[in-house]
Amino acid sequence: MTEAVTNTGGDWLRLIVGLILVLIFSQLNALFLVWLERKVAGHIQLRYGPMEVGPHGLLQTIVDGIKLVGKELITPFKADKKLFVIAPVLVFMPVLVPFLVLPFGPELIIRDMNVGLLLIFAFSTFSVLAILVGGWASNNKYALLGAIRSVAQNVAYEIPLLLSVMSVVLMVHSFKFSELVMAQQRIWFIFLQPVAAIIYFICATAETNRAPFDIPEAESELVAGFHTEYSGMRFGLFFLAEYTNMFIVCAVATSLFLGGWHGPFGFSLGIPGVVWFLAKTYFLLFVLMWFRWTFPRVRFDQLMNFSWKVLIPLSMLNLLVTALVLKFV
Amino acid sequence: MAEQFAEPVRQHLYSLNLGPQHPSTHGVLRVLLTLDGEYIVEADPVIGYGHRGHEKMGENRTYLQFMPNTSRIDYLSGLLYNHGFCLAVEKLTGIEPPERARYIRVICAELNRISSHLLWFGTYLMDLGAFTPFLYCFDDRENILDILDRVSGSRLTYSYCRFGGVTRDIDDVFIEQTRAFVKRLRSRWKDYHNLVTKNVIFIHRTRDVGVIDKDLALRFGVTGPNLRAAGVPFDMRKVEPYEVYDRFDFEIPVGEKGDALDRYRVRLEEMEQSCRIIEQALDQLPDGPYRQERVRLKVKPPRGEVYFAFESARGQTAYYLVSDGSPYPYRCHVRVPSFGNLHCLTEVLRETLVADAISILGSIDIVVPEIDR
Repeated sequence: MTEAVTNTGGDWLRLIVGLILVLIFSQLNALFLVWLERKVAGHIQLRYGPMEVGPHGLLQTIVDGIKLVGKELITPFKADKKLFVIAPVLVFMPVLVPFLVLPFGPELIIRDMNVGLLLIFAFSTFSVLAILVGGWASNNKYALLGAIRSVAQNVAYEIPLLLSVMSVVLMVHSFKFSELVMAQQRIWFIFLQPVAAIIYFICATAETNRAPFDIPEAESELVAGFHTEYSGMRFGLFFLAEYTNMFIVCAVATSLFLGGWHGPFGFSLGIPGVVWFLAKTYFLLFVLMWFRWTFPRVRFDQLMNFSWKVLIPLSMLNLLVTALVLKFV
Repeated sequence: MAEQFAEPVRQHLYSLNLGPQHPSTHGVLRVLLTLDGEYIVEADPVIGYGHRGHEKMGENRTYLQFMPNTSRIDYLSGLLYNHGFCLAVEKLTGIEPPERARYIRVICAELNRISSHLLWFGTYLMDLGAFTPFLYCFDDRENILDILDRVSGSRLTYSYCRFGGVTRDIDDVFIEQTRAFVKRLRSRWKDYHNLVTKNVIFIHRTRDVGVIDKDLALRFGVTGPNLRAAGVPFDMRKVEPYEVYDRFDFEIPVGEKGDALDRYRVRLEEMEQSCRIIEQALDQLPDGPYRQERVRLKVKPPRGEVYFAFESARGQTAYYLVSDGSPYPYRCHVRVPSFGNLHCLTEVLRETLVADAISILGSIDIVVPEIDR
């Protein structure tokens, strides 16, 4: 961290360019993911998905975005107006920060902090706060139920998520993304830590409120959950934040378990690192979408039981075994 | 699964209006829930939002004019309701339809039953959060609608039956398409079972959820697949065979416990049994006229009354017609199965979670406009 303060000139330029790139990339990526989701859903469901706007409907989400911007922003009667307006902003701001430390390639880390991994988890927790604020401020029982569920779910799933990540950190002795990825040059951690990888991915699905763990916004139960009362671009921000969050958890999974920018077993096959990274991340995103359009939703109590009774003990055991093996082998 | 938890605290109760506009209430139903957190302390279904006065309309129309109304009482099994109404009026007037017409009616009615069950299958899984099966079911159902469209000229509200026959004869293309459909539907069972019936999440969401046992079912007048799931082999097609149902070899699938999983299994098996009936009916289909020629458009039944019960897709349905000798019925009452099926919810929903309420509501397969009439 001291480096950041002492460095001047080129470093600032790097930061500003990086920030602009992050803003552009995160927006385009979210729009692309929405399109991808609709396409994946369509093809899984015997249909094509969007086809009208642009080639294969590629511009559909941009048009949808414009439509959302043009819509009236309705604030419900007796809602807590300040909190109601703040919540969508609050949900969207923190999802931009993790992009600063994500290792897209060997040279493509905007700021390779020594606490990069911690930073990501610290900021991704913010989204729960935003959901709680939004659900509470809406003055709607469905929204409140969604918010309550969301908080309970995130608290329950953050623990195994962090525990599974810790077992990787123990092996590398670092929170720094560049070092975490470099350690996987030969062999990806998914082969050394399969249990942690699976737990991480399950928790990441729950963390991003995706099906089958999408109970905070379960549309058949809670109408739309915490964003029931949101309209126009306020809803759009929740929506984009959800997809950006998905990208972040998949990118972290890629860097922690799938070797980041490395090819399999040290063979890069002449393909640049950033391509490897994005390919793996989008594959994981595809798997998330695949889940959503295949599984029914679990029930709230089953979800909590699964976390507290299965995932947390299992991830603790995994951490313990990792520590013992590292100590004695 | 309420027994997994300590007794709910019962403080801070609040009420939640589930409906009348809600994605999962299947029409305009309002369930007034009293909640303790996510626990349901009391559930009170409120009906009547879709009241259209069908029974009163029946008194002001001739018997034939009431026919289109019957397919709008329960729009998902319209043909079954047409069929039942025809049989009731025929029983009242003593009209005998020709053999071929009887078979055609049974084939079309069973096709309609399958289409209704398929729609239930899709929407039920949508209630559980799985969106995809819905589109596969609608793909299958589309076939049925096309087939019935060919003969009746309509896709949902058929009004296909007439007193003493049906409106149009079926042709070879119909028979061919129906056989092809049955074959196609059977090839789909494997996918449905692998992806849905064996899905762990699905099983956990339905097993021991919303148990309607034999006692409860009989107390509330629950009929149809919901009653059979509780282990009572009661099906009007077997206990009081009407039309030509006594000539076919089919089984009445029954469940054991009466939970949502049993209801699911019973309905899926019923579709297979309907396929069997259709195949046998097609094999036995006799030649001859498809409707009685000498039936007047304005039938005038003799003074008297008739109660005729039949099996619709949701259970025992009945028409009670009173004739005063004029072309207009004096009284026209419809007994709908969904009413009994819905009202056992007051007991079943107690001590369950909101998520289960949706699952149970979906699993009993109600059509709310049928209750409101």
